[in-house]
Amino acid sequence: MAENEQTSSSAITTRWAELVVALLIIAIGLVVVMDSHRVGIGWADDGPRAGYFPNMIGWILTAAGAWTAGETLYRWKALSGQVFLSRARAVPVLAMLLPTIVYVALVAMIGIYVASALYIAAFMRWQGKYRWSIVVLVSLAVPAVIFLLFELWFLIPLPKGPIERLLGF
Amino acid sequence: MEEISNLMQGFAVALTWKNLLFMFVGILLGVLIGVLPGLGGANGVAILLPLTFSMPPTSAIIMLSCIYWGALFGGAITSILFNIPGEPWSVATTFDGYPMAQQGRAGEALTAAFTSSFVGALFAVLLITFLAPLVAKFALKFGPPEYFAIQLLTFCSFVGMGREPPVKTIASMMLGFALAAVGLDTVTGTLRMTFGYTHLLQGFDFLIAVIGLFGLGEIFLTMEEGLSFQGKSAKIDPKIVLRTWATLPKYWATSLRACLVGCWMGITPGGATPASFMSYGLARRFSKDGAKFGDGQIEGVIAPETAAHAAGTSALLPMLTLGIPGSPTAAVLLGGLLIWGLQPGPLLFVEKKEFVWGLIASMYLGNIVGLLVVLTTVPWWAAILRIPFAIIAPVIVVICAIGAYTVHNNIFDVVMMLVFGVVGYVFKKLKYPLAPLVLALVLGDMAETAFRQSMLLSGGKVSIFWSNGLVGSIVTLALVILSWPLVSRVLELRRKPAIA
Repeated sequence: MAENEQTSSSAITTRWAELVVALLIIAIGLVVVMDSHRVGIGWADDGPRAGYFPNMIGWILTAAGAWTAGETLYRWKALSGQVFLSRARAVPVLAMLLPTIVYVALVAMIGIYVASALYIAAFMRWQGKYRWSIVVLVSLAVPAVIFLLFELWFLIPLPKGPIERLLGF
Repeated sequence: MEEISNLMQGFAVALTWKNLLFMFVGILLGVLIGVLPGLGGANGVAILLPLTFSMPPTSAIIMLSCIYWGALFGGAITSILFNIPGEPWSVATTFDGYPMAQQGRAGEALTAAFTSSFVGALFAVLLITFLAPLVAKFALKFGPPEYFAIQLLTFCSFVGMGREPPVKTIASMMLGFALAAVGLDTVTGTLRMTFGYTHLLQGFDFLIAVIGLFGLGEIFLTMEEGLSFQGKSAKIDPKIVLRTWATLPKYWATSLRACLVGCWMGITPGGATPASFMSYGLARRFSKDGAKFGDGQIEGVIAPETAAHAAGTSALLPMLTLGIPGSPTAAVLLGGLLIWGLQPGPLLFVEKKEFVWGLIASMYLGNIVGLLVVLTTVPWWAAILRIPFAIIAPVIVVICAIGAYTVHNNIFDVVMMLVFGVVGYVFKKLKYPLAPLVLALVLGDMAETAFRQSMLLSGGKVSIFWSNGLVGSIVTLALVILSWPLVSRVLELRRKPAIA
């Protein structure tokens, strides 16, 4: 993420988080405005053009972002003590976020069943420090139940990869 | 009384063995969703929506709405026993519910919570039964300006009545509108904000946003707080239930107030969460024991639970009659109706009478079933909560991923879900409300179409929104509500010097 870290302390402060998010909102607002201008914000023969409504939305979005950014800067000193995410609390969040990013990438590559089994197993072993026997049991049981429920009962195919193909699905 | 006979026909539709089974399954799934962190009414229904595509619409909506009732009931269990609100609307329930559990009065608190949820829902369903047909009949005369005015009122209510900073509510809402505009513009056939990516042609599906924002975002937050579930044990036996029921009528005034607050906040989409807080606040102000609130007053459980359930239920009124949902979960149900080929709005009451009244009848039955189910199965749910988070968390993420995938059978949606999850986490922490974003994403195209048609009618003059008494008063009301935070701040500044 784009949150800046302050050099002096080991935490992301609320004021920086507020500012960065507000600036991102302004940026998105301006993108919307620009794209609306591209498709036309005025009137055609048959009525308002495609950018007519989004143009207003874009400007309100930009203004709302600017207001929050301005307010944050105005209260910059007063906000100095507030912490958005300390290093200690960032650890568990990243411990969830990073494996989930890998998981989503794996779903795209090897299908949802194997990826889910690996993801659950990794998380249980790493975060929960479970014995391997329990890890293997749970991480195989969950995809198995999902398979029964979706593929066999509700007939909804989920993404599959090379291993499922080897098994003949 | 045409409504009564319609309702009786509705009961005939809802009271088949198959539908009763779906009701039961829905309630169980709903309570499960309500109890688990990261799964809630909105994203739970969104995840399960694809499973119902092959069902007949009436059975499907009965099951999905029962999931919603179940989730409303379930939130109370975690609040009271574990001091962890399973749902945002049960935060206020923890204030007095958990102290009661600590004093060994968990059974009493749970009975009070479930019963008042039921009362709130019943009040709201009665309101829907008698008010919805009138609103629908009235709305048949609506033109584009009136529709846009109602939408404006919806969105202004978020700004004026939300608990979050108004500017952030506006930012979140406009982001929703901007996301809704992405893709093919159906009126002119122009591509908007796709920047050459074919993935974006279809635009953003709000179901994906709901699953990411509410599901993954919540999981990240829970991880950060490092919750270990250590709850009080719960035993409910019939004696406790009967004893608690005997004391409840004493608090009729609190209940009635909570019902009114809840219905008001549900119909004008303040939503269940602000309704529960407002009701708690009012109960504390008006109660004889107001000072004791927070140390385990039963009134402090009754007030927020009644209001939350009344709001959650009455949010379906504008969804059914106008096609404008009052809460994110109602929005997801609306999405379901559209997928089954039913266009919510006043015509639904004329063309699909059976469906509408079947649904309304199922609201009565679903809540009765729900009350019985939760009263008898509490220890079971408490046991589920004792499963360690290291197992629950990845399983919930897997369920969310499957839910996101099955909406369009598209892997790109799973990636988007993750992005929305991060956005949800950051927004929650910075107090940007998520509900306006979701509702704007759902209603964006409708609002835009109504606005464009109005502009077309008037040749681009805004004065069309004051062209008759009805539309004029709705728009004026909307603008008053919109400016309310500003007005109240000015009043506060004026009053302050007088106190100081």
